[in-house]
This record gives sequence, C-alpha cells and structure tokens, in this order.
Amino acid sequence: MPKEPIKNALKGNLVQIHKVILTPEQRPEGIPASTKGTPYEAWIKGFLLDDEARIGDTVRIKTFIGRQLSGTLVEVNPVYTHNFGKPHPVLLAVGIEAEKWIEKKRQVGHGK
Amino acid sequence: MENNISYPSVMSRKNEILKHSVGIDYQEFEISPIAFDYEGLINCCGYSLSDVQRIQAETGVGNTPLVELKNITELVQSISAPGKGGRIFIKDEKACPSGSFKDRRASLSVYHAAQLGYQGVVAATSGNYGAAVASQAAKYGLKAIILQEVYDSRKVGQPEILEKTRACEAYGAEVWQLTVGPELFYIMLRILEETDFFSTSLYIPTSVSGIETLGYELAQQVMGREGRFPDMVVIAHAGGGNVTGTARGLQKAGSHETLVVGATVDLRGLHMASDYDFNRKSFTTAHSGFGIPFLIWPDRTDVPRSVARGLRYLDRCVLISQGEVFYVTELLAKLEGLERGPAGNTSLAAAIPLARELDRDQILVVQETEYTAAGKLPSSQLTFAEENGVEVRRGDPKDNVPGRVIVIPERVEQVQVEDVDLSEIRRSYIKRAIEATGGRQLKEKDILFMAEDSRGSIEFIYKTLNSLGIETPEQ
Repeated sequence: MPKEPIKNALKGNLVQIHKVILTPEQRPEGIPASTKGTPYEAWIKGFLLDDEARIGDTVRIKTFIGRQLSGTLVEVNPVYTHNFGKPHPVLLAVGIEAEKWIEKKRQVGHGK
Repeated sequence: MENNISYPSVMSRKNEILKHSVGIDYQEFEISPIAFDYEGLINCCGYSLSDVQRIQAETGVGNTPLVELKNITELVQSISAPGKGGRIFIKDEKACPSGSFKDRRASLSVYHAAQLGYQGVVAATSGNYGAAVASQAAKYGLKAIILQEVYDSRKVGQPEILEKTRACEAYGAEVWQLTVGPELFYIMLRILEETDFFSTSLYIPTSVSGIETLGYELAQQVMGREGRFPDMVVIAHAGGGNVTGTARGLQKAGSHETLVVGATVDLRGLHMASDYDFNRKSFTTAHSGFGIPFLIWPDRTDVPRSVARGLRYLDRCVLISQGEVFYVTELLAKLEGLERGPAGNTSLAAAIPLARELDRDQILVVQETEYTAAGKLPSSQLTFAEENGVEVRRGDPKDNVPGRVIVIPERVEQVQVEDVDLSEIRRSYIKRAIEATGGRQLKEKDILFMAEDSRGSIEFIYKTLNSLGIETPEQ
C-alpha cells in the first residue's frame, strides 16, 4: 500500500497558506457573473511559525520579508509546477521552415 | 484603533491611502474635472534625464545593446514590393537585471521610495514589472510585496504568471497569488495601509520617466551608428507607460520625426475580469483588453491621475494576433539566435508588416525584448491554451479568434497588422472625459487639455462635442 504523503509541517518549514479575502456576497457589483459567483482568494508562502500543523489547519507564517500572516495551510514545501510545455508540431514546423530559408540563402550566397 | 477592512470602507479611504503611499498630493495639479497640469505632475519628483541615467547605471539598468536583425530584415525584404522593406533593429532589453525594460520603471520608483524613507514597496502586477520591483528592492534593501492575479477559481494558473511568481520570490519578495478580479486594487490598498509602504504604481511619475532613457538611448544609438534618427519605433502598448516614456525619451534626444507606433495583442471579446476568460488568453499584458481602454481613459488606474497617456504620443496603434507573435518568436530564435519571451515580441511581430511599408534605407526600431523561461515559452503557452480548450493550428492568422483559436501563420506574408482607428478612440476619449464633468459647463482650458491629451486638433474636439450635443465655450 502506498504510504500517506507527509502532510505535517514543522516550525520553520516553507509552507503555503490560503485565505478567502472576500466571499461572493462581499464582492462588488458590476463584475462578470462567472467571477462574482466565486470567492476572492489568495495564496501566500512563508515559514511556519507554529510548532506543528496539518494541512487544513489555521496557521501563522512569516513571509520572505518577515511579515506575519495567518491562513489555512494548503501545502508544505510548495513546488513550482510551471514548465516548458510539450513540443508543439506547429512550432516545430516554423523552425524547420526558417532553417530551410537560411540554407537557401547560404547556397545563393556561395553561388555569387 | 484598527481600521475597518471591509470592501466599501477600504475603498472609501482610497485617496488618503494613495496620497500617503506615493508621496504626491495630486490635488495640487488639478485644474478642472477634465484638466490637470500634466507636465507639472510628471516632473514633480525632480529627476532630470541625466539623473535617471545616473541612478539606473548604479544598478546596471539600461545601456542595452541595439541589434540589427539582418536575417529577418532580408526575409521581410524578400516579400516586400521592390525597394521596400526597412531595416529592423531591436533593443535587447532582456539585458536589464531582471530581464525586461520594466527595470527602468522600477529603478527610479524604488530609488525614490528609498530616498523618501519608505521601508518597502508594493506593486500590483502580473507582468515583468513585479520581478523588476522585487529586484530593485533587493538592491536598495527595501522589502517588496507583489500582488499578482494568477489563478482562476479552479486554482489553474497562467504559466507565464506562475513564472513571475517564481521570479519575484527568487528576489525575496512576499507574493500574494490572487484569483481573478478587480479587487486586486482593494487588497493593494489594504496592504499599503497595513504596511505604510510605497506604492510603486505603474502610473506614477517615476515609473514613466524611468522609461525615457530607453527612447533616448535608442535614438542616440541609431544616430551614432547610422548618422540619422530612426524612422519608426514600435512599442508594445498596454497601460500607456511604455509608449509615453519611450516617446518622451525620443523627443529629448531630438528625434522628433520618428513615427511612434503602439502594438497591442488582439484579445477583443475577452473580458479582463472574467474568471472564465482568464485562462483562455496567452498574453497577460500588452493586449487590447488593457491597450484600448487605457487610451480612452488613462486615469482608470491605481492613482488619481496617470502620467502614462498613450494617446498623447501615438502616431499610430496596431493590433496583432497571439499566433503571429508566437510565429515571430520562433523566427527570432531560429534566424537571429535570440531566444526571447513571446510577450516581449509583440512589437517585433507588428514590425514585420510595418517594415514592409518602409523604404529599404529606412530604419525601424523594435524597442524591447524580454527574458524567457519555463511558463513563458511558446511551447508552454500553447500547451496551456490547448489544455484550456483553445484550438491551435496553422493557417491564415485572419482566422484567429481570441480565446477560441490561435492560428500560427503558414508564411511570413500572412503576418499583418490591423490599425486601431485613433479618431474613433479620440471620440471615445472625449465622451469619457465629458462624463467626468458631471454636466458642468466646459471651459476653454478643458478643450485645450482634451486636444493636447488626445492629440486631436482643437477643431476636432469642437466638432466632436457638437456632434455629441455638448454645449461648448465660444471659440
């Protein structure tokens, strides 16, 4: 059986917290319905100030600039997940065309 | 006593919070509900161009290379009419410390904040500006808080903005990753009030005059190398600061004949505050969702009066599609050996059809590039687009539909710009300005201001007002 992922955070660990800044009811009028129907939320990273905590606990953190904030613990040692994407055939094709053009230009240049 | 932090309460304290956080009393520059002393405001912090150059040199900002794109120029000439196809040069702003021209904006504002004794800075931005502010704050030993609109309500984040989060945190900033919504302004006000930090708004005087060195440098570089000023400069346009600062720098260099062209990515039809539309766009800045509204109403910002006023300086403004920008980003890497971020190539993409209009001995300068990274690459952006239901294919970019189809051109001839009708924008600008008067009688100073601010003639302003049925002062 796979082990449960470690969910406990210890004091000093880098963690990410979540805060609801405004509930849907508190959001101003005049914004699109798809937006107004959702809460206005924030995620912030910092070092855990509590001795120990679990995902979902309300915790206090010290941010990179030393401010203290509180919120719900959502991740321990948060990872940057953005990446370079998949090679895309349409982009690969543009590269090949450009190289053909350069190649042709080189041949014309040599022929001079 | 703790302040009430409810939305209406914080918004009602807007003016006092802003006054305290930018160190400017905007009231001093007000002339009427329409007019204000623009030159007085933009010069109020007291930095001359040479002061800015000296301050920027201290932190390695500016003096970036100007590179002639010889292969791209030749490619453009090969598809242009005989004798046509101007020479294309690019200002490699990637060479700035945090990888974009935004360092020029941040450098002066953060320096100014340090001079005034603020302990930290706050910027609300999803673009390269956040990294620039965080980088400069690191250099001056100030604290930085960056507020970014990153996620939709599913917590799906635009990879380009996730990269900016990473960059800001790399420079030691506290980053607030927020969901979609105009309440970014509310949370900014709250944090400014909590911290007493300086607001490095994109629209304050230092943030725009910091870019003047870019226009000045490129004019000097072209003059030094070619013995003439550039014929055309193409500038990515969103909030107006890039256009304003660059154009003012060109003027200060004496490059008065240079045609100033703004380029903005066509995202018409996508709502900027929509949770649904948010992740159906590849460009998080320099797009029409900002570019057009900011021309019509430059003061729709986080300060009472913005000094970034694109309409004052633009000779022309053009739209380009997302697919064309990705295509040209590939060409820049493969033909010129410059791998740069796509958003920074908005102006380069527009430059291709624009150069076709110029004679072969004329010079066009694309005034920026930006760094590239995970999240920014065209491959990353297209993967994300497809994951969010956007179709990606080759074809004629005319078939591009913002938020639905990204079309990568099949041939360089298909890269085309669409002109924004600036007369139409001027008319909308006037209509908007009239709303600000609350029905008060217009005075001559209002007419003069609108003419100057929209770059329209006095006659045009009168004609437009008359067509709107607005009572005008006697001519």
